[in-house]
Amino acid sequence: MTNSQLTPGVAAGRLTSHAYSSNFADVAPPLDDNEARIAADRCYFCYDAPCVTACPTSIDIPLFIRQIATGTPDAAAMTILHQNILGGICARVCPTENLCEGSCVRETSEGKPVQIGALQRYATDHLMDEGDHPFSRGAPTGKRIAVVGAGPAGLSAAHRLAAKGHEVVLFDARPKAGGLNEYGIASYKAVGDFAAREVDWLLGIGGITLETGRSLGAGMSLEGLRKEFDAVFLGIGLQGVNALRAEGEDRGNVLDAVDFIRDLRQTSDLSSLPVGRDVVVIGGGMTAVDAAVQARLLGAQNVTIVYRRGQERMGASRHEQDHATSSGVRIICNAAPLRVHGNGTVREVEFMQMQDGPDGLTDTGERFRLPADQLLRAIGQRLHDAPAGLELTGGKIAVDANGRSSLPGVWAGGDCAAGGDDLTVTAVAEGRDAAEDIHAQLMGADHG
Amino acid sequence: MADLRSNFVGIKSPNPFWLASAPPTDKEVNVRRAFQAGWGGVVWKTLGSEGPPVVNVNGPRYGVVYGADRRVLGINNIELITDRPLEVNLREIKSVKRDYPDRALIISLMVPCDEESWKAILKQIEDTGADGVELNFGCPHGMAERGMGSAVGQVPEYIEMVTRWVKQYSRMPCIVKLTPNITDVRKPAEAAKRGGADAVSLINTVNSITSVDLDLFAPQPTIDGKGSHGGYCGPAVKPIALNMVAEIARNSATAGLPISGIGGVTTWRDAAEFMALGAGNVQVCTAAMTYGFKVVQEMISGLREFLDEKQISMSDLIGRATPNVTDWQYLNLNYTTKAQIDQDLCIKCGRCYAACEDTSHQAIAMGPGRVFEVKDDECVACNLCVDVCPVENCITMRELAVGEMDARTGRPVQPYANWTTHPNNPMSRAAE
Repeated sequence: MTNSQLTPGVAAGRLTSHAYSSNFADVAPPLDDNEARIAADRCYFCYDAPCVTACPTSIDIPLFIRQIATGTPDAAAMTILHQNILGGICARVCPTENLCEGSCVRETSEGKPVQIGALQRYATDHLMDEGDHPFSRGAPTGKRIAVVGAGPAGLSAAHRLAAKGHEVVLFDARPKAGGLNEYGIASYKAVGDFAAREVDWLLGIGGITLETGRSLGAGMSLEGLRKEFDAVFLGIGLQGVNALRAEGEDRGNVLDAVDFIRDLRQTSDLSSLPVGRDVVVIGGGMTAVDAAVQARLLGAQNVTIVYRRGQERMGASRHEQDHATSSGVRIICNAAPLRVHGNGTVREVEFMQMQDGPDGLTDTGERFRLPADQLLRAIGQRLHDAPAGLELTGGKIAVDANGRSSLPGVWAGGDCAAGGDDLTVTAVAEGRDAAEDIHAQLMGADHG
Repeated sequence: MADLRSNFVGIKSPNPFWLASAPPTDKEVNVRRAFQAGWGGVVWKTLGSEGPPVVNVNGPRYGVVYGADRRVLGINNIELITDRPLEVNLREIKSVKRDYPDRALIISLMVPCDEESWKAILKQIEDTGADGVELNFGCPHGMAERGMGSAVGQVPEYIEMVTRWVKQYSRMPCIVKLTPNITDVRKPAEAAKRGGADAVSLINTVNSITSVDLDLFAPQPTIDGKGSHGGYCGPAVKPIALNMVAEIARNSATAGLPISGIGGVTTWRDAAEFMALGAGNVQVCTAAMTYGFKVVQEMISGLREFLDEKQISMSDLIGRATPNVTDWQYLNLNYTTKAQIDQDLCIKCGRCYAACEDTSHQAIAMGPGRVFEVKDDECVACNLCVDVCPVENCITMRELAVGEMDARTGRPVQPYANWTTHPNNPMSRAAE
């Protein structure tokens, strides 16, 4: 290894092998039995508990925590998984401080919520470590359903449909299923290849045929799927990345943060990944934080997140922001990129100091520059090439409360569908609920 | 600063906190450590007759009941009296007492129920320098099968007989330790008094099976696949002990008989409660077994602070609550309170609502935004909401003044009246 954190430009192998493995270890190590018992004992078993209301999948949290407290973690896991089949990954990636833990009454009383996320992981890990898939399928219905996109929404829908006895074909454009769980979150949140293991475990129910390398528009059309299948669920996510609209954006070493994260997740050798000495990340969401923190962990000396509005408007939760700053990432708010300077590759980014006022976001006229030999865009994604015939709203597929699109027989959920908050857990809820609606419609028609 | 020096039936100790006769007081090394930590007195673990000592099991002798976070709420034991030779115990008692003349050292005794046995043991302990004896008529396990311990304590005539022997053959103060495993604790206490006891101490442990091992299908603690009932102690038995202390304190036949309070004393507050009900001092075991001897330091500072705040002496405290223990029939049936919820303290857990709606009187309304409010027209003031609320003082009981309208009955609150004169009481009518 000849490179170090001081090596200028974009370089791989800035750290020792030990540093890579310790940097990318589990960010929130699992609770052991004793820790889980102590954490579970803190739950008040609230009536109509606020944490359940705050959970997009409405997991009966007091019940599963009581089941942990009484030494039955597998029963606890079943309580979770009945509502949220991806309870394992959600335990790792949910912004719990904004959801269940944020509404925990002990947060109100002591500022220290019950560790719901960690307890959920304890229970689901316990069950999944036993290997067997705990759900079985209903009687075969003879119905065939296409699920496009094997991310959280698609996996959730596929599992619920399979459980009802339907035959599911699950398509995904990428080589592996999992969607953002596999490709789009920081690797220290799902160590040990967890996303892939969870997919394998989920598919253990049977009745789901996974076809990877298959996407709409590439030899497969929505029209064709509608003809071939009894119903179609679209959980295709967002493939397009928003542009900065800053001059010089086409210079070298200007990347999409989602690609940076994907490469990091898929590599088998972190020391082979090049990273800048000075990295600038534009954006304020979870993706910006995941990219920035991981750039630091890969050995970047200076990493700065620049967000155009005030800190309170950042999409990343406060917990995520704190994680970024404690990892050595600097966060600059109220600044928007104006120009990307450099000779071929980026050398500096020039920013406008912004002001968020009654007239919206305005340029104050102040300018500053940050040195950058790598610039990561994390300013949101959009639906790209939506299948023809689908009504869109706000650039996403318009759906009703049950996930039905404007086309008969076509449901949608997850990030590609309008509404929701682009969280894994929301996608799981939407996939699940659409599956229930598909089932009701298909079976209701049979009986009606 | 409050004076905690105690004089219990002539036995002086620097504070009213004694270690009960139990595993922590079996050996010189333990007792010395206890005195170093600050305990005012020790009741040495029960001695038996001379000769081959008893033997203990060689498997687990304790079982436990946990609260949240493995907090010990109760321990059950199947340990017998001391299993060390009598002469060793006597030598050690003498040695410790010599070095700690200011501390109370009482010897607990349990020998077969015949005059000669008691006469012999009393003679043997005479020159140890110990301050008194406690007669163990309480242990419910093992020794009771041999006609000792609670087997004696359950027969008032035996208690009286043995106590009489002890007073006859010894000049020492005599404390009779009572078992709770009876129906009416006043009877053995009366018997002890008739026999000439200087005091009673209570409660000894409660017959119990703490838990069942669901793999072995055997009671715990389990000895080679079998279990035997043991004696239960610790915070879980405190309510039982408090009642028994109060029963003896307010019984005219035993009123004024000194009581050493035992049963789950864990903090200064527990001690103060026992003393308020009439105990002249307290004895502790489980708290020491759970946390070590240092706990006494909190008991000492806490009791002192409490007495200072109340501006009362320890003698003012002893028995101060006894007159307020009465029979149900004398309770004021017109006394009316209503629960009220402090919305600023409420954390919106809803436990009061679940408890009231599911199991009580449907007197709490749950409004939008999880606002919980008491329905005065339904509230019978049962207190369950107060009891289950996790926030202290969030729900309190407001007393309605005489003449104030009770929304539930639609009538103004009346002055004091109890069951003895209540129109629904057939006895009351018969008396008219």
